[in-house]
Amino acid sequence: MSAKKKIKTGGIWKKIVGNQMFIPVLAILILVIVNLIKDPSFFVVTMGLNNDGFPVLSGSLISILDNGSELAILAIGMTLVTAASGGQDISVGATIAVAGSAMLRVLCGDNPRPTATQAPVILAFLVACLVGMLCGAFNGALVSAFKIQPMVATLILFTAGRSIAAWINNNELPIVPDPKFAWFAGCIPGIPIPTSVFIAAACIVAIMLVLKFTNLGLYTQAVGINENSSRLNGINPTFIKFLSFVILGLCVAVAALIKVSRISTINYSVIAKDIEMDAILAVALGGNALSGGKFNMWASILGAYIIQFLTTTLYRFKVDSEARPAYKAVVVILLVVSSAPVVRNYFSQLTKRFTSAKKEVA
Amino acid sequence: MKAENKKSSIFTRVSDTNLLLAITIVIFFLMYIGAILFQGEGFLKPQKFFDILNNNSALIITACGMSLVMITGSIDISVGGVVALVSTCCAVYLDFHEGNIFGSILIAIGVGLLYGLVQGFLVAYLDIQPFIVSLAGMFFARGMSTIVHTAHFNVASDVFNALKNTRINVPGMGSVNRKGIYIPAYVEIGVIVALLLVVILFIVLRWTKLGRSFYAVGGNKQSALMLGINVKRTKFLAHLICGLLAGIAGYVYLLHVGSSSADNAMGMEMNAIASSIIGGTMLTGGVGNIIGTLFGVLSLSTIQNIVSGAGLGDAWWTGITIASMLCLFLVIQSVVMAQKKRALE
Repeated sequence: MSAKKKIKTGGIWKKIVGNQMFIPVLAILILVIVNLIKDPSFFVVTMGLNNDGFPVLSGSLISILDNGSELAILAIGMTLVTAASGGQDISVGATIAVAGSAMLRVLCGDNPRPTATQAPVILAFLVACLVGMLCGAFNGALVSAFKIQPMVATLILFTAGRSIAAWINNNELPIVPDPKFAWFAGCIPGIPIPTSVFIAAACIVAIMLVLKFTNLGLYTQAVGINENSSRLNGINPTFIKFLSFVILGLCVAVAALIKVSRISTINYSVIAKDIEMDAILAVALGGNALSGGKFNMWASILGAYIIQFLTTTLYRFKVDSEARPAYKAVVVILLVVSSAPVVRNYFSQLTKRFTSAKKEVA
Repeated sequence: MKAENKKSSIFTRVSDTNLLLAITIVIFFLMYIGAILFQGEGFLKPQKFFDILNNNSALIITACGMSLVMITGSIDISVGGVVALVSTCCAVYLDFHEGNIFGSILIAIGVGLLYGLVQGFLVAYLDIQPFIVSLAGMFFARGMSTIVHTAHFNVASDVFNALKNTRINVPGMGSVNRKGIYIPAYVEIGVIVALLLVVILFIVLRWTKLGRSFYAVGGNKQSALMLGINVKRTKFLAHLICGLLAGIAGYVYLLHVGSSSADNAMGMEMNAIASSIIGGTMLTGGVGNIIGTLFGVLSLSTIQNIVSGAGLGDAWWTGITIASMLCLFLVIQSVVMAQKKRALE
């Protein structure tokens, strides 16, 4: 009887550990505990007044939700790209610079210091979407048609992107004169939650609807698991891969809107720096295989917010912003090592041996 | 049989490696001739050519390591970060800890080997995607170098500066300046180191068992395993050597610039990958040549010289040119290989 129970609890334990959500939830728990020990005021959310005198919510948790929105949006596209092509797009930071630069070019025209916006924001955003999708299409074409490894194909835009962004605006740094433009990242007067949170939520709802009502998710997974057999089943793998990159391009444009809106201007070499690393990390943290195939969109989005949680925690610990990548890199390595099949097999065998030895003793 | 061979296209008779090498060398010479034609006298002087070597000795070394890793079908994008980390560590050791030259060289080699060791273990034995491992490695190295030292400073050590300013004259290549004084053409120590490493690697890859096993593993893992090659160890060794070369490159880089900065060697990994690809190394593995990589570096820096010589001195043009060149060569490779496959069928 007791032996039976043991096996049952063992099974439940295995189920919990084996669940895709296990690592992200564990990561959140660790971060929460670390922050609770270090400084419980981390979790306080207060109602304050912002610079314009409107009531807004403030606190570290709100700032995680706020600053994590770009990452969550990028994680959506990155998950699809990862699942379909088995590689990652490392040009997202650079393409954010390109899309943002195009947006500013439309908003400000030739004059870097205009007194009024030259075009409606919606037009600028549409242009940015177009540019983002073009960049995505370029990457997608290289990957799907020319069969170049995704990371190497996107290395091209990774190098050229920021240069192209500077070239679009003749290396000027235009400033958007309209204070309303800052609303996309800040708060609309009267609403205490930053708009970026709503934008991210809208994107999440949109992708969930797409995944629910179309075959995109199924086809993407099929292509990622086995390209040849999916082709034999009537799916066009080239198109699916291409499409995933174009969707990522769209996500990049939305992220660029938020990023540019935060400061109403752009800094080509700094904007969205190292964000590609965070986006890949979000996908990996969500427990999605980086070699493609099955994916879980919720886990990736949760992963994105965990990354932001980690960043904010590091920030609270007064880690130098230049040195932050080193800490994150350690987290990535620990993560990929712990999720590597070889390591997992080794540990499962170890526990098996341990339990069998225990049984023998008993 | 013979008639059939004659009928088939030229692609089938040349091995992949030689075909891509030939393309690279031809393109380099075309580019250099173009530079001479359009930008005049500058490129005719031998010193211009040697300057290209002087400026890129570290890149040649890292690109060689990159080619090696790429031949085994893996990739390492941490090399630029390692170069920065090594040069920062060595400069700090030389300046703030009264270090001597041998100690600093040991540090360079040690850091490089350590990097290669860890990344090689993770990639080869734990079977983690090399791109993820080295991406994390790159960020770690960049972060670490700012932790070691942030500000920009010049190395003041006398022995080091003597080594830095050592110029080796190349006989018979000098030129006479306007005043009629003969100025000998020179190369720096780094170039000698780089060329030596190129020769060693060329010999290893061409005529040793280890070298051939790199190609075998990259070409087809399964058949390499069937041949009795230790695939994991081979991959591990490739990463180890790449790390070691990155360490040496870091020292050579420091010898060239003589200063430490967290921004050192920014984007070098990209240039190294680009040179390897231009030099005819295939990303899919199994195809590549160190001589080609050398020509890849030369082509890349020649085109950089052309771009800046054409009055497009702005920093962004360099990035755009390198990227477009890389794109061009990737597409050429892809098309050539597809053609060849068709011809073989």
